[in-house]
Amino acid sequence: MSSQEYAFVVLALVGTVSAVRVVTARNVIRAALYLVATLGSVGAAYLLLGAEFVGWVQILIYVGAIVILFLFGLMLTKAPIGREALDNRSRAVAALVGLAILAGLVFLIQNAFAWSDPKMELAQATSGAIGESVFRHYVLPFEAVSFVLLAALIGAVVLSRKDERP
Amino acid sequence: MIRLPLVLFFSAALFSIGVYGVLARRNAVLVLMSIELMLNAVNVNLIGFSQLWRDLTGQVFALFVIAVAAAEVGIGLAIVMLIYRNRETINVDEVSLLKW
Repeated sequence: MSSQEYAFVVLALVGTVSAVRVVTARNVIRAALYLVATLGSVGAAYLLLGAEFVGWVQILIYVGAIVILFLFGLMLTKAPIGREALDNRSRAVAALVGLAILAGLVFLIQNAFAWSDPKMELAQATSGAIGESVFRHYVLPFEAVSFVLLAALIGAVVLSRKDERP
Repeated sequence: MIRLPLVLFFSAALFSIGVYGVLARRNAVLVLMSIELMLNAVNVNLIGFSQLWRDLTGQVFALFVIAVAAAEVGIGLAIVMLIYRNRETINVDEVSLLKW
């Protein structure tokens, strides 16, 4: 294993362990903070793989904006503490389904790729190249996504506004 | 040099943890967090294959997925707030008005 692989394995382990803590934590605020660790290590893994623009976007948007939104959501609603308040009774079935999906995916990946065969060259994908790709080949999807964001923004404002009925 | 299966295993682990979270959590905000975990798993796959084939399309689509995830969280939390304001609870198993 190369040193980059060791670094990636460490990041993946940190991300996986804190993802497990996100779905098992008994305190909702702690779950949100473990989500920061997961998203941060995923972003660091992007940087390690050479996708620098997506890595920084991940850290900016997920850690900077979405987690803050989650924290606001948790603090504006009741945030109970404890396993019974946060998890429902079908935990065992859920764990079974999750493990089955994990086993299936691992089996498929093992089947599809020889363990040592496809190796990634860790060349940088520069922001300039990504910008060129977005604005040359994917202008229309880009506009569609920005329209979706605008619609979501207006929708969120409309939904959370207090109705003033006469 | 990073072998692709490592990346794919990481993504598979994140996805199945997200599935467990969606099924096991009661609190609607925590369910939304688990959905974010699953979306991140998809993004890890997209970046991995994009770097494998030296094709930027995967990274562009990862950016689109991030944008759609941001929109989804905004709307989702607005709906959660609305439910909380009307029903004083955000437990997804108590909001069963549409269940027959």
